[in-house]
Amino acid sequence: MTQSSVLSRPFQDEASDRTAGGATRRLLRSAGVRFAAVYAVLLAVSAAALALFLWWATAGLLDRQTEAAIQADAQSLSERFASGALPALVLTIEDRLTQDVEDDAIYLLVDPGQRRIAGNLEHWPQGVSENGPWYELPIERAGMRSLALVQSYNLPGGYHLLIGRDVHVRAQLRSLLTDALLWALLVVAVMASIGALVVRSLFRHTLANVSATATAIAAGDFAQRVRLSGRGDEFDQLAETINDMLDRIARLMEGVREVSNAIAHDLRTPITRARTRLEDAALHAESAPELRAAIERATADLDGIVAVFQALLRIAEIEAGSRRAAFARVDLAPLIDDVAELYGAVAEEKGITLSVAAPSSLPAYGDRELIQQALANLVDNAVKFSPPGGAVRISASATPSGVDIVVADHGPGIPAADRERATERFFRGEIARSSPGSGLGLALVQAVAQLHGGSLHLEDAQPGVVAILSLPGHDEPASHG
Amino acid sequence: MRILVVEDDKDVGGFVVRGLKEAGHVVEHADNGRDGLFLAASEAFDAVVLDRMLPGGIDGLRLVETIRAQKNSVPVLILSALADVDERVRGLKAGGDDYLTKPFAFAELLARVEALARRGKAEGPVTKLVVEDLELDLLSRQVKRAGQKIDLQPREFRLLEYLMRHAGQVVTRTMLLEGVWDYHFDPQTNVIDVHVSRLRQKVDKPFPVPLIQTVRNAGYMLRAESA
Repeated sequence: MTQSSVLSRPFQDEASDRTAGGATRRLLRSAGVRFAAVYAVLLAVSAAALALFLWWATAGLLDRQTEAAIQADAQSLSERFASGALPALVLTIEDRLTQDVEDDAIYLLVDPGQRRIAGNLEHWPQGVSENGPWYELPIERAGMRSLALVQSYNLPGGYHLLIGRDVHVRAQLRSLLTDALLWALLVVAVMASIGALVVRSLFRHTLANVSATATAIAAGDFAQRVRLSGRGDEFDQLAETINDMLDRIARLMEGVREVSNAIAHDLRTPITRARTRLEDAALHAESAPELRAAIERATADLDGIVAVFQALLRIAEIEAGSRRAAFARVDLAPLIDDVAELYGAVAEEKGITLSVAAPSSLPAYGDRELIQQALANLVDNAVKFSPPGGAVRISASATPSGVDIVVADHGPGIPAADRERATERFFRGEIARSSPGSGLGLALVQAVAQLHGGSLHLEDAQPGVVAILSLPGHDEPASHG
Repeated sequence: MRILVVEDDKDVGGFVVRGLKEAGHVVEHADNGRDGLFLAASEAFDAVVLDRMLPGGIDGLRLVETIRAQKNSVPVLILSALADVDERVRGLKAGGDDYLTKPFAFAELLARVEALARRGKAEGPVTKLVVEDLELDLLSRQVKRAGQKIDLQPREFRLLEYLMRHAGQVVTRTMLLEGVWDYHFDPQTNVIDVHVSRLRQKVDKPFPVPLIQTVRNAGYMLRAESA
């Protein structure tokens, strides 16, 4: 699969969904689209808020100022009427009109018969009847049509007073401002859409990197890794985490591959043997006892295969680390004595001296049964490979970091070249190959040591092998992965 | 003895049933969990051989838990392909008395079922075990044969005690490893044979009638040869 087709694949699905409803749903499900939409909505909302504030601060302010001026006028005129009656009010209105520099004041005082007494309007405007509300209405003043904001007041004696301001200029300004803001909003909407598209493509671009790697790996190319931008940002951190995970998976897969190869090779031999025996018996056995003997031998072969499987599964179980939950304090001294006692009889039978040198108490932290099995495997090997008359020495001692158990024999030993590989599954040296065993014993010891955060070292005893199993002490629970 | 076999695999089930019948037991066979539970709950058995993964909505563990909840203490041997230590622990926690993993040797299954069924009938604590002219005193930790004192190492004493408690029954090497040494794994070398042969040197060699018999392809049995 080529790189370009890999890159395009994760997002093809969107286009492939042809129905309108399906496409919408698909779009809404896309995180890129959601981020883009959020961006657009946020931008639009903040732009609208800004426009509203601008409106309030300009056109709104002018309106409020006009209203305040009219109210102040009304206040002082009503005081004048109260103190000097009608003539004083008429005088004041005329005064004000002559002094009105900006030429925007509007006054009209009428008698109960709606006849004009003073002011710069010809007649009382239609529709203005109530006290209180603001009226915005067209007026005709000195032959010019204009727009005014007015309020009417009832005076004692049936007189009515109309006070207002010509807002023609302000209205023009306001409509100018409204137009500008509306255009600005339109620009913002366009910008938001473009921005949303940019955000979406950025989002896609960043994810495409990870997605392409994942797709390539899913397709089987395990060498792929997520590219780092080098900026050290959150996406780089994510990429690093993913790459670490991929490395770990690759290591595990390598291990699995090794084991399955080993199984394929090493189990083929005993399976072939069992099969041959059965087929041979079926073809050539002349009597029932002969047939039975062949079947029994084949069964024994199968049992051997099962034992290998069980050992493999056990190692896998140990390596998976789930047994760590069962860790507890354990005294290794009685365990060592038990194993020595179990194999002592076998050693004696072979003429081998088996000696133990260990303190009466060796506290450690771990899984009793697994340590027991690891010890048994080490002693089993030592006894198996020791020549008659040889000696196997088990010694144990507390060290600053925990406990060291040493099993030494005088057997043929392991050549230096093989020592590294001796703990691999199914590895069997030249000498071991001729003796019974599965090649899993030391692999299990190694797995147990690693589970406990300890180690297994094999050294040359000239002749023989010294196996040193180091386990952490009880105060130091194994914590490494 | 009456034994219930709950196993869905036709070959394995048929083989176990046939083998147990040949060994002289009365066997009932259920091939799914529901029938198995019905039989186990409604009839009296001396032992149950129970597969873990069963059809019929009730798996082996549910079955054991259910009959244990009904205060039914029939000995149960769980037979399973799930061989992890955790699985084994789960099986025993659910109420199983013993756990045997597949594939298994029939001799191992038979020996364990018979040992379980016998244990279910144990008649209180004993202080002395006697087989023919062999006597083992659990209090004074002394062994005598034909009135003659035999000196045994502590482990040899426990090995003989185990054999005598299961006198007349086949005892497999795995059972000895578990029962006498408390080892739950198979050592690669056949260490048990060596220990048994050492015990034989002391218990059988000086006397005319050997008591510790080797049962081919299975293990050992303690009894007079003629019996």
